[in-house]
Amino acid sequence: MINPFRSEEEAYRFLLVTVGYFAAIAIAALAIDKWAGLAVFVLLTLAGVVYLVRARRAEPMRQTVSARRGGENEHRILVIANETVGGGLLREEIRRRSEGYDEHVLVVCPALNTAVRHWASDEDGARAQAQERLNASLARLREAGLDAKGEVGDAEPLQAMEDAVRLFGPDEIIISTHPEGRSHWLERGIVDAARERFAVPITHVVVDLEAEQGSREPTP
Amino acid sequence: MTVHAEAHHGPPIANQSSRVDSSTLGMLLFIASEIMLFGSFFTAYFFVRVVGGAPEWPPHPFHLPVFVAGVNTLILLTSSFTMHWSLQAIKRGNRAGMQAGLVLTLALGLTFLLTQAREYSRIGFAPHDGAFGSSFYGLTGLHGAHVFVGLTLLSFATVRAFRGHFTPEDHRGVEIPGIYWHFVDVMWIVVYTTVYIL
Repeated sequence: MINPFRSEEEAYRFLLVTVGYFAAIAIAALAIDKWAGLAVFVLLTLAGVVYLVRARRAEPMRQTVSARRGGENEHRILVIANETVGGGLLREEIRRRSEGYDEHVLVVCPALNTAVRHWASDEDGARAQAQERLNASLARLREAGLDAKGEVGDAEPLQAMEDAVRLFGPDEIIISTHPEGRSHWLERGIVDAARERFAVPITHVVVDLEAEQGSREPTP
Repeated sequence: MTVHAEAHHGPPIANQSSRVDSSTLGMLLFIASEIMLFGSFFTAYFFVRVVGGAPEWPPHPFHLPVFVAGVNTLILLTSSFTMHWSLQAIKRGNRAGMQAGLVLTLALGLTFLLTQAREYSRIGFAPHDGAFGSSFYGLTGLHGAHVFVGLTLLSFATVRAFRGHFTPEDHRGVEIPGIYWHFVDVMWIVVYTTVYIL
């Protein structure tokens, strides 16, 4: 987002632009007439809007670099999963990647919500449900011999990931999702967006819980 | 395998966003609320001006000291320049430059406020003299109050600057008042153009 008050330097630049903007309007209104001032106002405002839209598109994506934490033999894995942590494929992936290391695993469960509740900031229910899913996921990981700590993250998975990257400092990220077409609306395009934003190796694991459950069910 | 399960007692840990640091976010939210406050005053002003249907503006017999306010505008704009200079100086490790910039900004801001007070005493109408008087004093007075708050913040920054609190790496105490000061100047440009010029 382009924010003119993000820093003193940007605020100063914004002040200079404001001076130019209002000076042009005032000169046109006083030198010609008020309709000329109005025309300059409309033209400059439109030009400003076009500039802002273009600048926003051209703004390079900031890459968040994970700050290295822990010792030499420590491997920190951040797992982003809504409800697929229980999947066998993901458990296997975590185990494979942590082999031979003193591993630290953090599971972040984004508090995914419906669109209406998300925009209305009604997230208490979503957070409570995410906490339940997280507890169940951590229990399954423990059953499989993997111990991890976990937390409920922001409703937007990308933001939840950014918070965790800055606070946890992972060496790699594993994003676990349902198969395409079954993902939550907030999860769509998350893997590509994460690869653009974070300068950390990212692995995408697709977990088909229904297929896994189906294969476990005894045949009649 | 390492166990990291931790028991947490007490209230939930505050959720923390990592996009913007908390002091800058606080200033951004404050500025957003200020924009809404000024917006309500401007709405009242334009309502009086447009819906009131006065044939000329300012309405007879009111007269505004455009030239004095123009000089005052230049003083305030110069203070933004000295504020910017001050921050650039500390970023380059020039502590004396930062101190000089802050003192000059304070002096110019104080000059602006005193000139405005002098303007009020000679302008010839009061806030209770009709809707025009109320909206004029409302808008310029609201801005004046913001200049006062800005000067207070700058005073803290100046005292801290002379006590050696700021370094090229750590100068948030100058940056945050600087953002606020430029915002106050931006608002004055809007007030001056709409109230005095147009």
